[in-house]
Amino acid sequence: MKKVVFLFGLMIFLSQVMNSCGGKSDNPEPGPSGNTPTPLQWTKPAYFPDPVYDLSKNPLTVEGVELGRFLFYDGILSRTDKIGCGTCHQQVAAFTHHGHDVSHGVDDQLGTRNAPSVQNMAWNTSFFWDGGVHDMDMVPPVPIQNEVEMGERVGNVIEKLRKTPVAGAAKQVNYPKMFKAAFGTDEINADRMMKALSQFMMTIVSATSKYDYFLKGDASALTAQEKAGMTLFKQKCASCHSSELFTDFSFRNNGLIPNKINDQGRYAITLNEADRLKFKVPSLRNVGLTAPYMHDGRFTTLQEVLDHYANDQNSGKDSIYISPTLDPLLNVAGQKRGIALSNAEKQSIIAFLRTLNDDQLMNDKRFSDPGVGTSF
Amino acid sequence: MKRTFSFLLPLSLAAVVSLFVLSCDDDDPGTTTPTENGKLRIAFSNKMGSKDLKLGTETYVNQAGEPFTVSKLNYFISNIKLIKTDGSNFVVPQDSSYFLIREANEASQLVTINNVPAGEYSGIEFTIGVDSLRSVSDISKRKGILDKDSGPTNEEAMYWDWNPGYIFLKLEGNSDSATSANGKFYYHIGGFGGLTEKTLNNIRTTKIDFGSQKAKVTDTAVPEIHLNADILRVFNGPTTLSIKANTSVMYSPISKNIADNYVSMFSLDQIDAN
Repeated sequence: MKKVVFLFGLMIFLSQVMNSCGGKSDNPEPGPSGNTPTPLQWTKPAYFPDPVYDLSKNPLTVEGVELGRFLFYDGILSRTDKIGCGTCHQQVAAFTHHGHDVSHGVDDQLGTRNAPSVQNMAWNTSFFWDGGVHDMDMVPPVPIQNEVEMGERVGNVIEKLRKTPVAGAAKQVNYPKMFKAAFGTDEINADRMMKALSQFMMTIVSATSKYDYFLKGDASALTAQEKAGMTLFKQKCASCHSSELFTDFSFRNNGLIPNKINDQGRYAITLNEADRLKFKVPSLRNVGLTAPYMHDGRFTTLQEVLDHYANDQNSGKDSIYISPTLDPLLNVAGQKRGIALSNAEKQSIIAFLRTLNDDQLMNDKRFSDPGVGTSF
Repeated sequence: MKRTFSFLLPLSLAAVVSLFVLSCDDDDPGTTTPTENGKLRIAFSNKMGSKDLKLGTETYVNQAGEPFTVSKLNYFISNIKLIKTDGSNFVVPQDSSYFLIREANEASQLVTINNVPAGEYSGIEFTIGVDSLRSVSDISKRKGILDKDSGPTNEEAMYWDWNPGYIFLKLEGNSDSATSANGKFYYHIGGFGGLTEKTLNNIRTTKIDFGSQKAKVTDTAVPEIHLNADILRVFNGPTTLSIKANTSVMYSPISKNIADNYVSMFSLDQIDAN
């Protein structure tokens, strides 16, 4: 700590030296009398692990988060000015695309994977189904520049943002003004844009479900069946869907039959044979709201999901696809492949999973479309 | 991610501190900046064998016997090191050592290195591509040509967002041998080795000895080193690359063979003393 204080002092000293030797004073930070952005306190739920995202490099402010919310929902981020992040990450469906198995982008084009939930992003060690991206600030360019999602270039988005407000636009948004409020000057660049989006995404924390109230000491928050489901879940599911975030952030092959495009998942990132057909273990928070399921949205109900894991899906036929990378937990020697679950047990687990639905988050106006979005 | 930033932090602090220090050179007697502020230039000339590369119009034939035309050629050059005749080196400061050579942009083919210590240089070494450290650094440390979100790198799409990293070399064109619907072939070669685990590493360095020629840098003389880049080497080398067999190569194991082919594409043409 002392070292940091020393270095900070050194930098202030040097910056003064610079000014004294005729350096042009173009310090972008506003002085104490200027309209400094208002710091926003971010607190993690006590029973969550420490966040992965480094807030010290992007301290949250009220104005930064608000800018991020507008950017998140504004279709201006896409080539057609119609598709915003919020188009495929809708609040009502825990920031997923309800009813869409694979992503649906510009000109009605289709992607190959299911839109994952934008919640509790602060704890993610990697992003997307294959974990290719490691830094939340690097997440937005992926859908923006994907030709079938938003089909735009980030450089072009920056140009469009600089030209706002657009005369005659239905919703007048003055981005130069909002960037100034958030960052002190009206300069719009990619660095600031991504940081504002990260600030907004940081604030989308799901920790107010019935299960959370139970965790915080309200024993009556869960019914007897939900509690039984919780016990079963801990025995049968929590080795992968671990911790209060309900994922261990690993990549696993859960025995799905490869789809028509033979999506190899994590292998495409690492080119490691051991990663074939592996996808990220998703968090199960709000899982009752994020149908359809799996990386390609092939299952429409939680019942189908559990039928798959129990290997009872195709009545008599193996649902668990055998391949060298199949997760060993689903292929225990001397047992039927999959996870042994009776029908009653499945119903209890589903009842428990629904207690992870966070209705408070779904209805929180702080995360809602400020009126710039398009959804379909 | 935390780990990455913890090792980048000292680097960024050093950069900030040095920035302030340099701005005060005139007043500071303790400075170590060399007094001889020379310059040199490197001119890249893209070839197809012995012929000048021309986009679109000219047809070339690779070792596999396939005729093709070229519509796009871009590659990154970075981490330049100049080798003196006395055996010592001048490493170009990293922040000033990234260039994107584009066949469609003549200005990009002439690279100027400033603040070169005076002396006689007999060789050059550089990376074809972008080093792994920059490939994982915070976006605020990727300015100029490394800015993946605006400017040429974004316009030319020399960056993969989904598996972050720069595309080191991009060669596209048309060929009757291509198996794609539109008759185009695509070679996008990248891969910096991975952040959390070891993955495809197509970073290559090349060293060119000037032989009997020397580049003499003085206060007034700005030598221009003319390098040829024989793009046919993408196809012809230890691996014979066939457009028919590999119409599109991006992030896949065979890209390693292509990087091993093109690593030897540079050679010295001549040095102008100027």
